[in-house]
Amino acid sequence: MRNETQGRSAPQAAKSDAKICLDPSILGTVRIQVYSSATAPRQALHLLKVALAPLNLTLEELGTIELVMAEALNNIWEHAYQAGRSNGPIELFCRQTRHGLLFDLIDTGQPLPGEHIPLGTPADLSVATRDIPEGGYGWFLIRDLAKDITYRRLDAQNHLHLRMAIAHAR
Amino acid sequence: MELSAKIEEQLCIVTVHAARIDAVVAIEFKDHLRDATENAPAHVLLDLSAVTFVDSSGLGAIVAAMKFLAPEQKLSLCGLTPMVDKVFTLTCMNSIFPIYSTAQEARRRIKAAA
Repeated sequence: MRNETQGRSAPQAAKSDAKICLDPSILGTVRIQVYSSATAPRQALHLLKVALAPLNLTLEELGTIELVMAEALNNIWEHAYQAGRSNGPIELFCRQTRHGLLFDLIDTGQPLPGEHIPLGTPADLSVATRDIPEGGYGWFLIRDLAKDITYRRLDAQNHLHLRMAIAHAR
Repeated sequence: MELSAKIEEQLCIVTVHAARIDAVVAIEFKDHLRDATENAPAHVLLDLSAVTFVDSSGLGAIVAAMKFLAPEQKLSLCGLTPMVDKVFTLTCMNSIFPIYSTAQEARRRIKAAA
């Protein structure tokens, strides 16, 4: 791979073997690998932003991608790898198509409950202050901002696919 | 995760000196905010103008703060940058918190209402 940046240059990546491979032709396929840890999502997001820089996205586009991927990556750390009770790699692929940016996330942690994507229904906020939920907004945000979300459990791996209708290739 | 707090009459202004309130710092943020608002007056204003990114964990921590301050203290927010504003809008949390554009405006409006 001609253009390889070691994750050590990222602020959060000091003790890992995080790495990023960039295909120099347009965006090509971006492949980011990090190892599960509480800071792995930040590490992967930093590398993703480096990889997407050539697309000159607006701050809002980049922020929206960052939010969706942050939620998906946090779910992998907190639920698939149970916040460190098990460990393994997290791989993030991104490629640019005429339909926008396609993302694939792969990990070897626990499957999603029932092997289904949670519904992510909006929280009921018409309740007493003490009953307003402090969590459960992650899947709602993913479902709201991403398209074509699919999940498959294959060979003891979780495969999450989604599309961001941003930066359509010509 | 650094926070600073100052008290002006009936208002406690807590400023977040970090670009991200995410899953990594959510618990620390909540704990620091609890410390910063101990014995604070009735209105607590969280100045988020330095924050460029909040995820659902950060949002949950802000909701938790509102809950532990209530009912004696009321939490308001100011200085939402575009992506932070987007998260509050998408989740309808902008209907739960009083949100002001700047600390200046919040100060004026909260004092006028008192």
